[in-house]
Formats: sequence, structure tokens, C-alpha cells
Amino acid sequence: MSVPVLSVRNLRVEFPTRRGTLVAVDDVSFDIAAGEVLGVVGESGAGKSMTGTAVIGLLEPPGRIAGGQVLLKGERIDNLPPEKMRRVRGKRIGMVFQDPLTSLNPLYRVGEQLIETIRTHTDASASEARAKAIGLLEAAGIQGASRRIDSYPHEFSGGMRQRVVIALALAAEPELIIADEPTTALDVSIQAQIIELLKRLCRERGAAIMLITHDMGVIAETADRVAVMYAGRIAEIGPVRDVVQRPQHPYTRGLMGSIPKLEAGGARLAQIRGSMPRLTAIPKGCAFNPRCELAVERCRQERPEPVHAGGSDVACWLAGAATAGKAPVEAMNSTPPVVTSDAKGGAA
Amino acid sequence: MQDVAIKAAETAPPSTSPNLVEARGLSRVFDVSKPWLNRVIEREPQKFLKAVTDVSFTIRRRETLALVGESGSGKSTVAKMVVGLLQPSAGQVKIDGQDMWGGADLTTLRRRIQMIFQDPYASLNPRWRVDHIIADPIRAFGLARDRDEIEHRVGELLTLVGLDPLDGRKYPHEFSGGQRQRICIARALSSKPEFLVCDVPTSALDVSVQAQILNLMRDLQDQFGLTYLFISHNLAVVRHMATRIGVMYLGRVIELAETEALFRAPQHPYTRMLLDAVPDLAMTGRPRKRVEGEIPNPIDPPPGCAFHPRCPLAFERCKIDVPVSHVGRDGRAVACHAVEAGKV
Ligand SMILES: Nc1ncnc2c1ncn2[C@@H]1O[C@H](COP(=O)(O)OP(=O)(O)OP(=O)(O)O)[C@@H](O)[C@H]1O
Ligand SMILES: Nc1ncnc2c1ncn2[C@@H]1O[C@H](COP(=O)(O)OP(=O)(O)O)[C@@H](O)[C@H]1O
Ligand code: SF4
Ligand code: SF4
Ligand SMILES: [Mg+2]
Ligand SMILES: [Mg+2]
Repeated sequence: MSVPVLSVRNLRVEFPTRRGTLVAVDDVSFDIAAGEVLGVVGESGAGKSMTGTAVIGLLEPPGRIAGGQVLLKGERIDNLPPEKMRRVRGKRIGMVFQDPLTSLNPLYRVGEQLIETIRTHTDASASEARAKAIGLLEAAGIQGASRRIDSYPHEFSGGMRQRVVIALALAAEPELIIADEPTTALDVSIQAQIIELLKRLCRERGAAIMLITHDMGVIAETADRVAVMYAGRIAEIGPVRDVVQRPQHPYTRGLMGSIPKLEAGGARLAQIRGSMPRLTAIPKGCAFNPRCELAVERCRQERPEPVHAGGSDVACWLAGAATAGKAPVEAMNSTPPVVTSDAKGGAA
Repeated sequence: MQDVAIKAAETAPPSTSPNLVEARGLSRVFDVSKPWLNRVIEREPQKFLKAVTDVSFTIRRRETLALVGESGSGKSTVAKMVVGLLQPSAGQVKIDGQDMWGGADLTTLRRRIQMIFQDPYASLNPRWRVDHIIADPIRAFGLARDRDEIEHRVGELLTLVGLDPLDGRKYPHEFSGGQRQRICIARALSSKPEFLVCDVPTSALDVSVQAQILNLMRDLQDQFGLTYLFISHNLAVVRHMATRIGVMYLGRVIELAETEALFRAPQHPYTRMLLDAVPDLAMTGRPRKRVEGEIPNPIDPPPGCAFHPRCPLAFERCKIDVPVSHVGRDGRAVACHAVEAGKV
């Protein structure tokens, strides 16, 4: 098997504060192969963005990588000097964020920004770069690209801007794209177009994509594999079909049960009691144990390491035993045992 | 004054009509022109934005009517006109037979209607303690005799929405997004309304929190016999909550039908497109039509049917005539020339 485009090994991200050290990402490991989309899901605060930010070396101090490694095509990039890392970011890793305006400079025409990126990272001439920029905008679904290339970012709608950002992320032909909530601010019809675009580009150009979102629907549509994060750790990682339709970790099962489904009508939604812990108070043992209906004494004492279960890796003491083996339909429609139907949502 | 309000509320005659809410031909135009001087210098005409055009619907008692549509389609503008916060440019809102903008006693009506806003943080005064926020409608409508009764009632409401009575002593910033949504619901319920307009941006909430809020709203509806106007971008959420659904596009309701009928057999091309765009969580691999184009600028909408530049079924007439809503035998209303001509 060839070397994965991205390998993250035992990544740990810390924020030293006056009251002690907060661990935002804890012992996270995953790979993404060329042409593969890895979805990263979880509730807000789970550490999805921190993981992405650490991979691209953009953690805001005092946040820092306190352990583990990040490898791009087998070479470590987490310990590169800032200037070298900046070049890797421009050339080999493309980025798409939720708010397209963070990636676009409002003072420059979108064409200027694209052409500059292309020329910095390839040896294209000015006219070649312009032709390439138009091609990228067209590939990103912008009609009349040869005209619109001379517009400013504010002249585009939100969906169009996100296309421009995707074109910009692709300009240097990166091997890896990190997309953090790229469709969250968009309307569904536009969201579907952007997802389609990301998938196509990944397929055609063989890039690896890390797609961060809290929307399971987007993941189900786009990802090949999914990592579910909870309190800074990966609770479950596996092929998208397994995670979405046969979730094994009690947390994933709770998440899936709480989503209203188009085909399910008005049945009562499953609820996970309580809410995600703050970084200052992550429970001992399994971080999910106060919210987990299956928790046993061991869960309150010892932290479960990921183990193979079916096609996935699951960090739960019961993995492969009590929670596995449900038929997919059953797992989607029935109320999983972890959830409570307490109308008041417990301590939420 | 307060006594009068209570009396009026208690003695409002029980109406026999099955409809609690009737909106007829609602429209709202905003003047979005530049200042007069700029217009004169730049020789620009006045500009108007038609946020809502000719929207009609009824809501039966104890049912949930949902309005669904993409950003800017006019959902919140309709909601504000229905609760009496925004005067319509044309049209009529009747609550229990009383014309909201034509002579009804607004104080009495307002107690019976409450709204939960799109942005829970902006709608909660950050300098007020939560118990004060929740008690505000109780005081405004004179619904309690003394401070003890208010305190008791606030505690009850907090418990009802799954918070602790002691949470009343905290300030809004001390709560998570989902908890703030609960506070908004508690405040809305404090005047014992019959009709709740919920402009809840569930897309901004985690699914786990969203499930808690949606379940809570359904429980409260059952418990108190509430009538809802429910607004959302999310078709799956709307399907979960609504009895009937109105789909909005650029200020108009283009299809309105019973929930099951709408999902089983969507008629309007835009409704079909929206349904097609929903990510397929069941991973059935259902074939999907590609969604084309962007939502047009509402200041300068396309002539005829505003959807025609994106519509796969558009024909000549669509570029000229605005399609009017036709109500079919099953009570479904659709505004589309192709549907009217039996092409769908
Ligand atoms: N006070 C106002 N002045 C000018 N234009 C307005 C005003 N309020 C709303 N609009 C415009 O009216 C249209 C409808 O807005 P509205 O807020 O009702 O949309 P919405 O369907 O609630 O959208 P969203 O899903 O984003 O909340 C939009 O084009 C909006 O920009
Ligand atoms: N500058 C910071 N200092 C301390 N903690 C932070 C900082 N930035 C983020 N965090 C914390 O790190 C955790 C993970 O955040 P994030 O990765 O943004 O979550 P997600 O993207 O999954 O919503 C959260 O608990 C967040 O509060
Ligand atoms: S390890 Fe224990 S507490 Fe954690 S998810 Fe598994 S059963 Fe629940
Ligand atoms: S009226 Fe014409 S353009 Fe509009 S939705 Fe119907 S067929 Fe399409
Ligand atoms: Mg994030
Ligand atoms: Mg709105």
C-alpha cells in the first residue's frame, strides 16, 4: 500500500492557561489516502477545528502541539520552521474555511489573488496563470469565469465566494485539502453544489480531503471514511457506511438517533442526556461516561483505547460486544439504548 | 389597565372557527434606496425590495404550520407580520377572527401570541438576570398578583423547559446556545400564549441540542394545546415538526400542502429541487438531479416566475406571467404554470 497523503499520529494539542493546561486534542491518530475524503464530525467544541489547525500549523499561541506527529506523504511537517511550513501550506495543503471572507482579501480582485497563488507555486507565465485561474473558476462552477475573474469578493454571493475559495485552495495543486465547515453557512441548494464540487475535484485530481463538519448528512454524502470526535478524542473511526448506518460507539449512536430523518416522519427523536464537558472538566476514564447509559464502573476509571470492531476502530470498553451487531435499519430507526427519552434533556 | 388586560384575556369569547390564524394577501416592501441626496447626484431611482408578496395561509388550532425556504426567502418577515411586530404593506392577519392591523385590541392579542426569535442571544437582554427576563411578560401583562407568585411561576417555567429554578439567578452569557434557546421558550410561555411563532435557527445548533429543543417544543404543544408557526431551512426538521408546510421562494409561498403529501409527491419544481438537495443520510444512493444556479437578487428579481432561470421545466409563459396559486382538491396550493398546465 502506498504512503497515505496525511498521517496523524497520537496528536496532542495543549493550551497552557493560568489555571493549568487544557488538552484540546488528545491522542488523535488517522490517515487519509490520495483521492479519499475523511469526514470529521462531532458536537461543537469536540476539537475538530483544533485538529485541522494543528495539521496545517496554524495554532494560535499559546496553543501548541504537545505530542505526536503530522506526516505529509511520510515526511514530518509538525516540526518544520515557520517559513518552511508556510511554503508547505501554500503549495501542498489547500484550505477552505466556513467564512469565505477569511480566505479572500477584499481589496484585490479574485483573479489577482488566484494568479498570485499560481505564480508563487508554479513557474507559469502571467498569461498562463490567468488562463489557469479562469479554468479553476470554471471547474469550481463559476459561470462566465473570464468576465468574473476581475470582480472583487464582495461582488459575489456567499455560495459563489465559497467556490472562489475552493478555486484558490486548488490553485497550487495541493495534495491535501482541509475544509472546515465549508458548507455550514450556505443554503441547502448551494451546499449540495459545493459538496458535489469537492467530491469531483477529489476524484479528478486525486487530492486527499479532510472535511470537518457537524453535519452528518454532508458526511454521508461526501466522505469515504468518518472520524467521530468527542472531548478531544476520536470515539469511532471507520468506513462511512459503517459509522452512519451501524454506529458502534454509544456516542455515535446517540448522535445518529438525534437527527430528524427525511424518510422517518415524525417519530420522537432520540436524545443524549447532558452536554459535552468543558476542557476544564473532562471526566476521568471514558470522557463520555456521565452521558452514557451503558457505562460501567470500569468506564469511570480507565480510559478505553481504540480497538478494531467490524470495519471500524472504536474507543469503548463495550466495542465489538454489547453495542455491535445491529442490523443497519434497526440501528437507524430504533432508539439506541444510550439515549434517554427524558423530555427535559437531563442536565443539558 | 392591567386588570382590563387580564379580564379581556379571560373572557375572550371561545371562537368556533377551526382556524386560529388567517393570513390573507400579506405583502411587505422595504425601501432600500440610497439617501435622497446620493440618489439625486448619482441619478439613481428609488429602490424597493419586495421581501414578501401576496402570502396567504391559515393555521388550524393545535396544528403546526411550517414555512421553509432558503435564506432571504421572506420567512422571518412573514413571522414578524403575523405576531404584530412589522406592519404589512398590504394584506391582513386575523388571530381568532380579530384583525391584527385593523382595530383589534393589540395588548390582548399580544399576550396570546409569542415569538421565539432567530437569534437567541440578541433577543435576550445581556444585562438582565434570567428570572427577570422570563418574568417580563408576566409583569407587562399583569398576570401575577405579587412577587411571590412571579417567582413561583418563573421557577415553574424554568423547570418546564428543563432548566433548574436556580438558573434564574444567572445571566444569559452563562448559558450554552441550546440553554439560551430554552430560556427564550420559557419567556415565550410565561404569558400563557395560545400561538407560538418559532423562528429557531436549528441549523446553528448541534444535532444533539436540536433534538432536545424539538422534543421539548412538541411536548409543550401537546401539554398546552399550542398552535405553532414554525420556521426553518431544514426540510427534515420541518417534516418532523409540521402538520402542513409552506415552501417559500423569493417572498412567495410557491407550494403549500399537508406534510405527508408534500414529501410523497412534491409538485412545484423548486420544492422538488429542495428535496433533492437534502443530503441523503439513509445512503440509498437515490439518483439526484443537479441543482443549478443561485438565488436571484431580491431587489431585481427575474420577471414572471422568479424561479424560471433555475427551473428545468420553464417555458415561454414563465418569463412573462407570475404564476398564481391554485388550490387542488387535496387542499394543496401550487403556484406554477407547468403544474397548472398538467405538465408535472
Ligand atoms: N428591515 C429590512 N430592510 C430591508 N430589507 C429587509 C429588511 N428585513 C428583511 N429584508 C430583506 O427581505 C428579504 C427577506 O428577509 P427575511 O429576513 O424575511 O428572510 P428569511 O427567509 O427569514 O431568511 P433567513 O433564512 O436568512 O433568516 C431579504 O432579502 C432581506 O434582505
Ligand atoms: N485559544 C484557546 N484557548 C483555550 N481553549 C481553546 C482555544 N481555542 C479553542 N479552544 C477549545 O478547544 C476545544 C476544541 O475547539 P474546536 O477545535 O474549535 O472545536 P470544534 O471545531 O470541534 O467545534 C474547545 O473546547 C474550545 O473551547
Ligand atoms: S467506554 Fe463505557 S462510558 Fe465510554 S462509551 Fe463505552 S460504555 Fe459508554
Ligand atoms: S412557473 Fe414555470 S418557471 Fe416557475 S416553477 Fe413553474 S415551470 Fe418553472
Ligand atoms: Mg470548528
Ligand atoms: Mg430569518
